[in-house]
Amino acid sequence: MNPLPLTTGRPGPTTLSADPWQTHSGSIVAIRDETPGVRSYDLSIVDAAVRARYAFAPGQFNMLYLPGIGEAAISISSDPATPQLLTHTVRAVGNVTDALARLVVGDRIFLRGPYGKPWPLEDLAGGDLIFVAGGLGLASQRAAILDVAHHRDRFGRVTILHGAKTPSGLLYPSEYAAWRQAGIDVDCTVDAPDSAWTGAVGLVTELLAKLPLEPSKSGILCCGPDPMMAGVAKGAAKRGLGPERVWMSLERNMSCAVGQCGLCQFGPYFVCLDGPVFRYDRIEKLLGVRCL
Amino acid sequence: MSTPVPQIGDRVILGPEALQRLIEVLAVEYRVIGPMVADGAVVLRDLASANDLPTGWLDEQEGGHYRLHRDESAGPFDHVVGPHSLKNFLFPPREPIARFERVDGVWEECAPAAPERPLAVIGMRGCDLAALAIQDRVFLRGESGDGGAIDPAYQRRRNGLFLVAVDCRRAAATCFCHSTGSGPAACSASAGRQADLALVDLGPGPADGVAAGEGPRRYECRIGSARGGAVIDAIAAELPLWPSPPEDVAAAEQVPVDLERVMWARQGSGGGPGRSLDMENIRDLLYSNLEHPRWLEVADRCLSCTNCTLVCPTCFCASVTEVADLSGDAVTRERHWASCFSLDHARMHGTSVRHTTASRYRQWLTHKLGGWIDQFGTSGCTGCGRCITWCPVGIDLTAEVAAIRETPAPSTGGTP
Repeated sequence: MNPLPLTTGRPGPTTLSADPWQTHSGSIVAIRDETPGVRSYDLSIVDAAVRARYAFAPGQFNMLYLPGIGEAAISISSDPATPQLLTHTVRAVGNVTDALARLVVGDRIFLRGPYGKPWPLEDLAGGDLIFVAGGLGLASQRAAILDVAHHRDRFGRVTILHGAKTPSGLLYPSEYAAWRQAGIDVDCTVDAPDSAWTGAVGLVTELLAKLPLEPSKSGILCCGPDPMMAGVAKGAAKRGLGPERVWMSLERNMSCAVGQCGLCQFGPYFVCLDGPVFRYDRIEKLLGVRCL
Repeated sequence: MSTPVPQIGDRVILGPEALQRLIEVLAVEYRVIGPMVADGAVVLRDLASANDLPTGWLDEQEGGHYRLHRDESAGPFDHVVGPHSLKNFLFPPREPIARFERVDGVWEECAPAAPERPLAVIGMRGCDLAALAIQDRVFLRGESGDGGAIDPAYQRRRNGLFLVAVDCRRAAATCFCHSTGSGPAACSASAGRQADLALVDLGPGPADGVAAGEGPRRYECRIGSARGGAVIDAIAAELPLWPSPPEDVAAAEQVPVDLERVMWARQGSGGGPGRSLDMENIRDLLYSNLEHPRWLEVADRCLSCTNCTLVCPTCFCASVTEVADLSGDAVTRERHWASCFSLDHARMHGTSVRHTTASRYRQWLTHKLGGWIDQFGTSGCTGCGRCITWCPVGIDLTAEVAAIRETPAPSTGGTP
């Protein structure tokens, strides 16, 4: 028996505490409405010493905790160069995220992290990057996009392909101008256009199909619903990008975030520990199995 | 024994008084846990005296079947493992992992609770020690520096744990530790199964004025650690103990050898009640058969009751519940055992990823025997047979694996 190594990614910065359950108090500094039902929360860790040693890599996540309500795993969406301010973009869809939506600036929230394997930006240096994001999936990529913008010379062409159901579902639209300014192409598509929409209509995979690209030097970073990501991988293969050039961030039920509670298992993987970012060749055969 | 403090590897003979004294000496420092009869089964509970041990009771186990019956010849350790295991104590079914209090409208995390008394557990078998080694890999993964975490409560209990192992003299029909390399010998240096003291029941010995075989029971005891030696020294301060004579050492070492031979023979004969699990290439076998029709077949019998995961000595899934007091100003975060057989286990966006019984049974078996190897470098099965005995419909994982092995469908699923 000689299984493949579970992950190909480099580890991200380690978590703050040896006790996996220890949380740190954070203060809500700002709240922004993003798309309908989605808000961004800027958090600052209250303890200055803890705040000073907190670091994360793009693609990692925090566990956000509200006493008496519960915990939720949320991607870190802010600039990794300024980890003193941590942005989490959240859709109110459950117990914890609904409670989050009732908080106001100045309220306290507890967090622990960062967790998980980051996007493989170091491994893709020198090549072309294609971010493919469905809806809120862009939240898991914003930190990587801001990082790439800071170090734009490390990469060749950088493209963001972003799809949403409706124009109002496109995430972070006010930032696209700045990203383009930094030399990043941003291309959007929607399923259901409104009268003001002049852009592409259809699935994000259709944008990928038309994108000029050099397969041998490109890497795709993908986040969205499982079927969308499977479609992106299929489309990538058609364009000559094999599964070892596609990375995707998976979502599963996470509780402990350190590979000990078993809830986020996907085949032999702990999504919290071995992911959430996986190289597609590691999960290709599993994604097609129903109810895994 | 007027000799110096007993050393690791020394061997002594303990009589019934010494067994009683062992419990008393341990109780000074430890919470002493051991087997006793309660609720119609041999369970692990707090031991007050050697009289609590299940002397005179034998169990009968089969798929979906567990019965105790009286047998006056049975020693205190002649039962085979019951529903409990070390997991119940090192990774308790419910435990607080954090506490928060709201003072003047501001929530604060409280300091961790004071540590409990350390545990001494008596009567652990080969499969119990194998399960402990497996749970160590889960909860102490961070000690290896591979990026995993350390569960602080488990680590504290584990470091304080005093183990008294006992070699099995019987195997239940559900036992298959011989085929998983987890027994029947309780201790095995090569397999990493260690105990502070390791006992073998030699049965009733000769004595003056009684018929042969009716004397007091004798236990051959091997010292496995310095603190084990200190406990024997404390017993020797009040009771005369003798070094094990060579014939007793030989008899003790023969006990697991003989039992293993019986276990191989009974499953080899085809007609016997035994079981075995062919571990050859088992991870790839299961992962290349993720769409095998057997999963649907077993799902017709499986009740998704979670019994197998509760009695399994290595299953470690857990979830956390918020428990608030009536004021709403004090919250305990309580971790409790979870099961991959429940819908909540893989809940996401208000629905369950594994919404069929077939997918949940497949998750359990492929994880136990396959994914575990990727995750922790070992299978999660110790061959203890608990999941077979305590399954209300007697589903037998050895039969399920054998069925898939017999008719593999390698085109389905995929080895990651």
